Amino acid sequence: MRKLLALLGVLLAIHVAFLFVRPAGAALPATADAVDVGIVFDLGGRGDKSFNDGAYLGAERAMRELGARVRFVEPGEGSDREAGLRLLAAEGMDLVIGVGFIFTDDLSQLALEYPNVAFAGVDFAVGVDSTGAVIQPPKNLAALKFREEQGSFLVGALAALVGGSKKVGFVGGMDSPLIHKFEAGYRAGAMHVCPDCEVIAQYAGVTPEAFRNPGRGKELALSQFQSGVNVIYHASGSTGLGVFEAARTLKKLGIGVDADQYNEAPGYVLSSMVKGVDAAVFDAIKRVKEQRFVGGIYQFGLAENGVGYVYDARNKALIPDSVRTRLEALRAEIIAGRITVPSTR
Amino acid sequence: MSSRASWRETFAEEAIAPLVALGIALVVGDLLILAYGQAPGDVWRTLVEGTWGNAYGFGQVLYKATTLTCTGLAVALSLRAGLFNIGAEGQLAMGGLAAALVGLALPASTPLAIAAALATFAALVGGGAVGAVPGWLKSRFGAHEVIVTIMLNFIVLALLNWFVSARLHVPETLHTPSIRAGALPRIAEWFSAFHGSAANASLFLVAVAVAVVSWALFRTRAGYELRAVGLQPDAAEYAGVKVGRVWTRAMIVGGALAGLGGINFVLGYKGYYEDGFSGGAGFLGIAVALVGRNHPVGVVLAALFFATLSQGGLAINATVPKQMVEVLQGVVILAVAASVPEVRRILRQSVRGR
Repeated sequence: MRKLLALLGVLLAIHVAFLFVRPAGAALPATADAVDVGIVFDLGGRGDKSFNDGAYLGAERAMRELGARVRFVEPGEGSDREAGLRLLAAEGMDLVIGVGFIFTDDLSQLALEYPNVAFAGVDFAVGVDSTGAVIQPPKNLAALKFREEQGSFLVGALAALVGGSKKVGFVGGMDSPLIHKFEAGYRAGAMHVCPDCEVIAQYAGVTPEAFRNPGRGKELALSQFQSGVNVIYHASGSTGLGVFEAARTLKKLGIGVDADQYNEAPGYVLSSMVKGVDAAVFDAIKRVKEQRFVGGIYQFGLAENGVGYVYDARNKALIPDSVRTRLEALRAEIIAGRITVPSTR
Repeated sequence: MSSRASWRETFAEEAIAPLVALGIALVVGDLLILAYGQAPGDVWRTLVEGTWGNAYGFGQVLYKATTLTCTGLAVALSLRAGLFNIGAEGQLAMGGLAAALVGLALPASTPLAIAAALATFAALVGGGAVGAVPGWLKSRFGAHEVIVTIMLNFIVLALLNWFVSARLHVPETLHTPSIRAGALPRIAEWFSAFHGSAANASLFLVAVAVAVVSWALFRTRAGYELRAVGLQPDAAEYAGVKVGRVWTRAMIVGGALAGLGGINFVLGYKGYYEDGFSGGAGFLGIAVALVGRNHPVGVVLAALFFATLSQGGLAINATVPKQMVEVLQGVVILAVAASVPEVRRILRQSVRGR
């Protein structure tokens, strides 16, 4: 007992001594004219190789090129999302960004409470009222949405042109409207360049767990490849790692999603449908800096370079020049509005 | 006045280990902050200002502490009966869903008192049902409650996840529609300074639960039996206590207490059940019970402490990574666990049992 009390005394003495230590360069220098940006990540946090990392890249670029001061908050549990946004808004940030559709409710509420702060939500889920009309977000809230179906259209065409077997495959994660959008675009793209092609679409499950099941992904991919499919596009989170695994085993091809996934199986990744979360975040910060930020729904499609497919030195060998030309022509037609890509099945 | 003096003595004895743990955590925290090139004084000040320093932060601490108190009590009560309940996470989630289902099923015109009472009761039943499984398996077949509760967490969480995402969710979200009846008022409705914080009236319900548990544990025959079984099951059985029944009962009541925590989020904060809302509060309940020395009052204090760390972690997130707070949690848990008699006894028993 007495020993513990003595220990406690010693610990407190050390602690108090530490309180007076002040390393050089501690605390951020205040710059008056810089844009202050706060970003709250989704629970997955950084390192997901998808939208959290994308948002981080965009913010980093804004720090470099626009001199923005960015603060990041990583929430721990449900109530931390609102708390994190509120903390940043209350500190008078110029722009507060929530990364992930899960922030939808929290952002809508806070945008009303802090009308002088600009808000942005990546993948913000825009609601519809009972008549089916879109409910506009508050004036100071930008919903950053992506036309994943347009990018999927191009990789669908790519799969049909490169596959050469009249059969292309699709592996989705959770069977849900969000992923149906990918399937719809992919299907339309494949059918556009090859009307008598068959698109085999399968889903890994009906729960969010379906985005984290590489075993199931491999199983589905193997059976598709064995039925004559040569190229599979996945929109299934880490379940897709199983798709690449199957492609590597059978020397077939997979198409990645969200980010360039070439490194997951070099040589067996035909391309990736990339989503420009970084560009969208950078763009939002830039608008705030230039004082031309307005709320509303922002759609990032092919025209805005918000979505696209990877074509670089690494996968060039897999994509013939004639196919590349055809895809670029399709891209131009979509941008010009001559092709409308469906977003539902 | 001898009883008062002895009360003081026990309190000092019980409190000294957590206080030393806190001291160690503070010093480790200082070193981490310095390693990050920041000034410890500034960071701690931000942490305190962001939590106890203003009404909003304090409200957030109260909100988080409410859930943690419930899961902490769930673990503490079972530990008093000699059982290690790792299942509070699943019990909490089930309680939350049960409350939401009642809130969804009742017509919107139901008076608040009745709707809230029914939904709260549902939360107790939901959590209790999940707790009953390991309790019954333990007393009937001697199945080890640690294994069963851990496994049951996976089953319950996967089941709820499937149920919500396949049957009940609002499109493009992970949550159910908003409940029609039974939403509890927030503290901010009475004290506007608390504006924006999630603290709500379930705070008072949980406070009542703490009082009832204290009373039952130390002032009733059932509580005496429970403690006797926890201290020495063989002796208790010899004295005529039906040990199996006490175990089952302890797990049911423990599960119900964890389930009660679900109303804090579902009825008090968001007004819907969201997949994954528990966010580890069930597992943190183990730490809360350990640091709180399995005493209801200790549990409340420990819950406030961990809630402060959690909310404070957000406040200092700008200068120091969130992981620092997690390291501090770990330091406190380790330091306390090493000194807790219950843990020592369980360790000794497992060594002897081999």
